[in-house]
Amino acid sequence: MAYSDKVIDHYQNPKNVGTLDKSSKNVGTGLVGAPECGDVMRLQIEVDDATGMITDAKFKTFGCGSAIASSSLATEWLKGKSVDEALKVDNMDFVEELNLPPVKIHCSVLAEDAIKAAINDYRVKTVWKPLNLKKA
Amino acid sequence: MLTLSKAKIEPFAVILHYTNKTIDDMLKLPIYLDNNATTPMDPRVLEAMTPYFLQHFGNAASRNHPFGWEAEEAVDYAREQVAKLIGADPKEIIFTSGATEADNLGIKGVYEMYASKGNHIITATTEHKAVLDTCKHIEKTGGEVTYLKVKPDGLIDLQELEAAIKPTTILIAIMYANNEIGTVMPIKEISAIARKHGVLVFTDATQAVGKIPVDVNKDGIDLMAFTAHKMYGPKGVGALYVRRKNPRVKVTAQMDGGGHERGMRSGTLNVPGIVGFGKACEICMLDMEADNKRIAVLRDKLETELMKLEEAYINGSTEHRLPHVTNISFKHVEGEGLLMGFNKNIALSSGSACTSASLEPSYVLKALGLGDDLAHSSLRFGLSRFTTEEQIDYTIKAVSETVLKLREMSPLWEMYKEGIDLSTIEWAAH
Repeated sequence: MAYSDKVIDHYQNPKNVGTLDKSSKNVGTGLVGAPECGDVMRLQIEVDDATGMITDAKFKTFGCGSAIASSSLATEWLKGKSVDEALKVDNMDFVEELNLPPVKIHCSVLAEDAIKAAINDYRVKTVWKPLNLKKA
Repeated sequence: MLTLSKAKIEPFAVILHYTNKTIDDMLKLPIYLDNNATTPMDPRVLEAMTPYFLQHFGNAASRNHPFGWEAEEAVDYAREQVAKLIGADPKEIIFTSGATEADNLGIKGVYEMYASKGNHIITATTEHKAVLDTCKHIEKTGGEVTYLKVKPDGLIDLQELEAAIKPTTILIAIMYANNEIGTVMPIKEISAIARKHGVLVFTDATQAVGKIPVDVNKDGIDLMAFTAHKMYGPKGVGALYVRRKNPRVKVTAQMDGGGHERGMRSGTLNVPGIVGFGKACEICMLDMEADNKRIAVLRDKLETELMKLEEAYINGSTEHRLPHVTNISFKHVEGEGLLMGFNKNIALSSGSACTSASLEPSYVLKALGLGDDLAHSSLRFGLSRFTTEEQIDYTIKAVSETVLKLREMSPLWEMYKEGIDLSTIEWAAH
């Protein structure tokens, strides 16, 4: 199976690899996937409390090239978005942008889950109510 | 290595020159280290086969003209070459389209032929799918199959094997060497137990024949499947060895037709393929010892250097193993992601199954007791007689660098380094 050029580019030059201080009040951390499934994504966002804008995003991912590319792309997309806008990122956005084949759809789902989990973690830390995350 | 005689082979000189050049040209990329999947053909094999496409194209079953006689003679000669490599009589070699067909013919053929004796077969969970799926088919038709578990080193427990034998047991089907981890089963001991109980022994020796010494008599094998393309021969030709003496074994044909191959496998013989198979066997017989010494040194270098990485684990027995194979898990790095770091330049395979719909990693590695995470993190290296030290040096560097790079990117590696026990985390399955 050949990867798309965009997947290869993100894999070779991943954007925003790293770690934010997860104990910080304005950092939200999402950890999704499982080692047994061959994919674990950790996505972190740093939010400006006053404006609700995402000022920084970092990821670390254990997984195939598509999983790494999806999480790298997620961090690019999140920076500069408001938390509300970030919630609108859909897994199909990743599929389209990265040309993911059907067997890699789960990577995009994982990326969407990671974004939602990170936002939720941030919300729980602040006065906001947690989201009802039922979509898998 | 590979000295080609400048004999009268002008039409093929270009091909041979090219092949020879790629072999001598030390670091031509991509590097091929997936030799358990298939091997490149040896140029000497191609040389032997070529006349049988255009000049001597006859049907080996044509009895009444020179075209047929030539083809038959070539097949007879190849049959001797093949038989000699495994210590068999030429009459005990049944040519097939490959090892999968030979597995089917050997197992189903015995099951049907010996139906009056019993319906029970013993095999192991780490067999190739060609054996496992054949056994599953037999179960559907009323047969009974015991799937022996393997120990963490990939070998079966001989006491468990003996305990599994029942009065209805007709066949023990255990592979000679495993395709993923290279583990070599104790075939001699297995056949001694089988013999004691009057049970036949079938072995899928696809990965072993031509790579290590296999002797059907010393090993006590009754039926054996093997193939040309894993031993520098052409694809599309293999063989089933069927013992003719002590005891005389018979199989029910799975392909009906003109009664070729003593009625056990009908179908016009693949003469060029068979000639190539014979030549490949002859070369293996002559070169195996010297090849293995050299290949084992390279494999050991590769393994030793890669094992210098933290949290790297060799899968399967290192004592009972093919000399050209190593299978290593690099913890907290996913195999497919790892391959992507160098798969333009190095051909390898992984036990990760991130591409398959089931997302299930290698069943062989899981059978060793590896967790799914380690099974997802494995790479299989298969060397060949054409592998060079320069290729191994390049591979060591590329794989090591990619493992380190991906670990920097891995949340699991970070947690491991922070001393977090990953088994205590509640993972969200997906």
